[in-house]
This record gives sequence, C-alpha cells and structure tokens, in this order.
Amino acid sequence: MTALTSRMRGTTADWLLRNHIWLFLALAVAVFSMASPYFLTVNNLGNVLTQAAFIGILAVGMTMVMINGEIDLSVGATLALASALAIGLQPAIGVWPAVFVGFLSGVALGALNGTLVALSGMHSFIVTLGGLIGIRGLVFVYTGEEALMVEDFAYTDIPEVYLGPLSLTAMIFLALAALFQWVLTSTRHGRETYAVGDNIAAAHDAGIRIKRHKIINFTICGALAAIAGILLSMRLGTAEPNAGRIWELWTIIAVVLGGTRLAGGYGSMWMTVGGILTLAVLRNGLRLLNTPNYVELMVMGSVLILALGLDRVLAARKGAA
Amino acid sequence: MTDVILSVAGITKTFPGVRALADVSFDVRAGEVHALMGENGAGKSTLMKVLAGLYKPDAGTITLRDEPVTITSPLVAREKGILLIHQELSLSPELSVAENIYLGAWPTNALGMLNKRKLRADAKAALDALGCDFGPDVRVGTLSIARQQMVEIARAQAFNADVVIFDEPTASLTDGERRQLFATIARLKSAGVGIVYISHKMDEIFEITDRITVLRDGQVQGTRITADTDLAGITRMMIGRDLASYFHRAREDFRDEVLRVEGLTHASLFSGVDLSVRAGEVLGLYGLVGAGRSELVETIFGLRHADAGRLIWKGQEIPFPTPRQAVDLGMALVPESRKEQGLVLGMGGRENVTLPHLAMFSSAGVMDRGREREVFDTYRDILDIKTTGPEQPVEKLSGGNQQKFVLAKWLCAAPSLIILDEPTRGIDVGSKSAIHELIAKLAEDGLAVIVISSEMPEVLGVSHRILTMTEGRISGSFTGDGMTEQALIDAVSQPANRAVQEDIA
Repeated sequence: MTALTSRMRGTTADWLLRNHIWLFLALAVAVFSMASPYFLTVNNLGNVLTQAAFIGILAVGMTMVMINGEIDLSVGATLALASALAIGLQPAIGVWPAVFVGFLSGVALGALNGTLVALSGMHSFIVTLGGLIGIRGLVFVYTGEEALMVEDFAYTDIPEVYLGPLSLTAMIFLALAALFQWVLTSTRHGRETYAVGDNIAAAHDAGIRIKRHKIINFTICGALAAIAGILLSMRLGTAEPNAGRIWELWTIIAVVLGGTRLAGGYGSMWMTVGGILTLAVLRNGLRLLNTPNYVELMVMGSVLILALGLDRVLAARKGAA
Repeated sequence: MTDVILSVAGITKTFPGVRALADVSFDVRAGEVHALMGENGAGKSTLMKVLAGLYKPDAGTITLRDEPVTITSPLVAREKGILLIHQELSLSPELSVAENIYLGAWPTNALGMLNKRKLRADAKAALDALGCDFGPDVRVGTLSIARQQMVEIARAQAFNADVVIFDEPTASLTDGERRQLFATIARLKSAGVGIVYISHKMDEIFEITDRITVLRDGQVQGTRITADTDLAGITRMMIGRDLASYFHRAREDFRDEVLRVEGLTHASLFSGVDLSVRAGEVLGLYGLVGAGRSELVETIFGLRHADAGRLIWKGQEIPFPTPRQAVDLGMALVPESRKEQGLVLGMGGRENVTLPHLAMFSSAGVMDRGREREVFDTYRDILDIKTTGPEQPVEKLSGGNQQKFVLAKWLCAAPSLIILDEPTRGIDVGSKSAIHELIAKLAEDGLAVIVISSEMPEVLGVSHRILTMTEGRISGSFTGDGMTEQALIDAVSQPANRAVQEDIA
C-alpha cells in the first residue's frame, strides 16, 4: 500500500517535472481571470485558441524536427508562400486546385530542406536560414510585393465552421497535435524520431536509415507550414508577402517553452500544445489589460527565460534524486 | 626519502556500480620515470584524472613536496605543478604555439591587455629548453602530432611542473618520433621532474622506466624496480588470477562457416585481412588500442566502406552490406562505446531493446507495445538485468546492466553472428563473469561469435581461436596450446614491417 502510494506520488511528480509548462499555463489563466473580467469567457478562450492555432500548427511540425535534433527556420516563409499560392492561383485554376498547389509547395520545400540537410551534412540551422531568406524572396517575386486579394469571398467562409466555441482552425490544430503525438508514441517513425535525436550513432548502428528519416520529418514540417498558410489565407482573405514573418521564432519559442529540447531526443506534442497555449494566453491577457506592445514583448521574453530556468532547476533536482 | 615529490595515499573513488579505485597508494620521486600499468579498466585513467583535478576522490590524500594538496580542477593541478599530457591532445589548432603553451594563463600588462612580447619570449625559452625545431608563432593546427605533443610538454617546462603524467604518449607516433619523445623525457628527468608514464607497450616500459606500479581492479598490486623484474612477472601481476578456472569456454562444436572475409582493406586503417568464423566458434581478436580491430569489424558490419576485399556470408559471396542489410542478414555488432554507439540513453530498456528491429515489432508502422514488453521481460530474466522497469531510462543503470541491454538488443533478433567489441570494458567483475558465461552459451547455442578485447585473460579465457592484429594487419593466429600470454604479447609487440607470422599453432 505504502509502496503503491509512493509510486503514484512519484509518477505525479514525474509528470509535473516533464510538463511544468501546464503549471505555468494554469498560473497565467488564474492571474488573468482575476485581473480582467473579459478573460475567462467562452468566447475569449475560443478566440485565444483560434489565434494560437496558426503558430500551433507550425509548432507541431517544428516539434518533430526538433526532437530529431534539427531545426527549421523556414516555416514562416513557407507559410507565406503557401498562402500566396492558394490565393494567387485561384483565378487561373480554381479554388481547390490552388489550395492543393499551395499545400504541395510546402511539401516540396520541406522535402528540399530535409534533402539538403541529410545529404550535404550542413547544419539545418544554416540550410533553413537560407530557406528563410530565399523562400521569402520567392514570395515577394510571386506577389509583386503587393498583398493578393481573394476574388470570391466565399473562400473566407470555408473555415467558419464552429463546434461550440471551437473554430475549424483550432480543431485542425488540436487534431494535428493529437495525430502527431500518436505518431511519436505509437509508431515506428515516432520511435525512430526520438532515437535519432538522442543518439544518432546508436540509431545508425541499429540500422535506422537516418537520411530518409530526417527528410520525412522536414517534409512533415513543411507540409504543416503550408496547411497553416492556407488556413491563414482563408481567415484573412488576403495573402500578405510579409505574412508569417518572425513566426518561426515564436514557433521555436513555444516548442522550447513546452520543454522539448533543442538538442533533440526529448519532448512531446502535449508539451508543445502547453507552450503554444501559454504564449497565446499571455498575449491575449496582456492585450485585455491594455498593455503596450513593447511591454508585452518584455513580459514574454522574461517568461521564456523563467520557464526554461525552471526546467533546468527541475532537471537538476531530478538528476540529483 | 626526501626525493619523493608526489605521494598519494589511500585514494578511493567509486562510480555508480563500480569501485574504480580502492585505497590506492604510490609515490613518484624527483627525476624518476614511474610506470603505471594495468589492464583496461584497472583504474589507471581514473587515478590520473584524480591527480589532474578532473575527478574528486572519495577518500585519500595527495602530498606534493611534503605538503598535502587538494586538487579541485586542472587549473589548480597546473598551479601546484602537476601536468597531464592526454592521449588525445588538448590544444586549440587555430592558436599559435605560444598562445597554446600559456592557454588560460596569458601574461597581461597593467591594463589587462595581452603582453605579446613576454608571451612569445617565454614560450621560446620553453621550446628551446626542450630542443624543439619550431618557433612560438606557428599555428598549432599545421604541426604534426608529434610536434603538437611537444607543445604540450613545453607547458610542463613553462609552468615548472614537478610532475608530468604521460598517458599512452606513443600511441600515434612513428618510431623516429618515439625516439625524440624519449630524449625529451630524459631531459625532463635530468631536470628533476617526476614522470608518471602510462603505456601498454611492454618494450617501452622496460626501456625508459625506473619503477613500475601495477593496478588491478582498482587496487595496487605492488611496485617493482624495473631492473629487478621482467615481463612475465609484470604480466602475472596485471592478470593475477588462474585463467583456466576463472573463465568459462564454450564446448567445441563447430558447424558451418558463417562469415569469411578475404583481403579486406581500408586504405588508411587496415589491409589484406583474412578471417573466418564458424557457427559455434568463439574467435578472439587481440591487439593494442589503435591496431584497427574496431575499424575492421565496423567495416564488416557496413559502418565503414571497404576499399577492397571479399565477403562470404554462409557460403555465398555478397556485396558489403549497409548496417540495415547487415542486421537483416543476421549480423549483430555490440560496439565498444556503449554510451556513444550502443544505447539511446534517454530511452527505457524496452525501447532500446527493440530499436534495431522496429519492423519486427510493428505492423503498418504502428508499434506493438505488448510484444515489446514480452521481449523486454524475457531478456531481463535471461540476462538478470537490474532495472526498475521497462521505461526506466538506461542512463540511470550501471555499466554492467547497460551492457546487458546492448546484448539483449542484438540477441532478440536471433542473429547468426555476433561481434562483441570490448564487451566487458569498464564494468564490474560480477557482471564481467556473467557476460563471459553468456558468450559461451551463445556459442553453444550455435552462434558464430567474434570477441574483440584488449584484456588478455579475457581473450585467452573465452576464445577457441585467437587472431592478433598489429597496425592494421593480422600478425598471428593461435589455437589450443598455442594460445599463451607470451605468444600474444610477442605477436602484437613486433613492428609491423617485420614478416607476418602465420599459424604458430
């Protein structure tokens, strides 16, 4: 009996150690609920989730790549390209074919990133930094530096499907997070993702095809960036050439905030969802309190460092035990 | 005994699961070369790291020039006058020789700016004292390994070190460079420096050392004056136990040949290697560190590309495999470095065991955790692995238990050939004998087994046949009564350019 309780307590403590971000989130929700009467309403929380979903979808792909021990800085630019293609091609080939081409562009760019990383041996930071600049340039060339407007505004009604307060966009985000959490924990690909990120030499010796594996994860990341771009174009009805600028940084911040390690081999989608929601709640709460934009950035920067500091402290305590 | 410059007494150091040093005492005199000998895992490197401030001992005292000292970091060690020259040199290739000599202690002027003139002059003085043929301004990355080693030794000169520890200094030197190194050591010696010399090469030990201290399983076996002892005496101290009764050799029941390689060559690592192994046979591969043994088996397993040679697998010539194909053929390689190559440390035992066989444990890409769990339980019981459960990250386990997981990982796919590279390095005696028993059992179950080991008693104790490897070539083949310590030592210590010895047995 005692053994059982102590084991259960051990498990709870373990869970909290691994998912400290949810504590942060609960704390943030509690603080803003007390500070603003508008915060804890079904409508507002539904909005928070919808706003979070775009970077959230990027973060799902980023988590796969980061557990692999890599990074993808080009997701914001890929999102902008997919969004521009999905709107810009509509007059020529119709709505759904345009959306499909937008999606394919993300798949192709992800595969290209992955292939370059896998075959050249260059660090993904460099390869995708090139991607970030190059793809953004492509977006400017394609859009002629102007925002593209959708011709038929029925396009913007597509994501206007709600399940209670949940928008279709938010549902897609949560469904993708759930799907890839399942991939990570229950499939061969997921197992390989952790193994490659934690110890690439051991994974190679075990006969895992590292290059092919990495290409797949970069392709997933690119595809998800394209999905986020398409959903954004539907929500806005326009495709800005500057869409998604520095979103790659917010994405990485959210993933790291969740607890996934930059070095690879450790992390989960639930951590990433926690990180995304924490960022979104902070941003929303601070705006409800009419905090000036630059103060908002300062608070969010501090929270990032605080959360990671906490992660280090907890990890050290756990290591000592 | 006024000339004792460094003495250590009662040093004990324990790592999780292993007692690396137990009550170790020895001393070094001024102007003496003192050899520290022992098999791999005997505790030499731990002792060195204690002296150099890299490890903190659990107990014991270090006395330097009659004063007790506490060495908390390499910097402190250097200030006190102890300098360790690593086997892998620790220099910054982009910096100059002078900057490297004084790394971490660059002379500065009153404003805290680097005093380049003094740096250069001091470095030049140190280099000249050692008779170096290069100047202080050369970028270190452009120097040969032997000259880089001189830069490290120049540090000893520059900091007036009382004690210099050499760890396998000749491992990557040519014969001529080795001569120069010995001349330098003689110079340090005549200047009254105490030298601790660690090497596996017996001929060197007898040539340049004054006294020899032997360690075994973390304990000092004794200190001898070099002139009063001989190879057999030292070897007995290093091994120290009755081989025949200690090791368990598999019953001889050889069946069909599983693997044969002919003329296997890798441009820079080894050349013209022939070997074959049959089902039920344990083939030992003995040689010094750096002889090319690990590289050889890595090539067979597809981790390196072969430049020439043939591979015959179960009677059929096949192209050299990729690691994936090697696994699918039925080869298993248990690598030398558990942590770097063998295990994914953050994962639990269950996930590590099934890692090379994910296809076997999944359908349509979805893992079958129930079956993984069964295999985990089976091997935990067979190998008697101490773990709290299938999900406990393997980084928390002792070396012996980690090694058992590496074995489980390869055994669960029922391979026909298993290659074990230093299977008992760094693990405690109890786990060692468990692994030796397992090796015998595997062979009796009809596997072909190749065991690489630098530990002579191990390779003599478990093998049916032994090949020795020297500088990338097979230098001898021994069976039955021909397998003796002396025969192996002779085979590996002969220079490579001498005629290759064939089948002595």
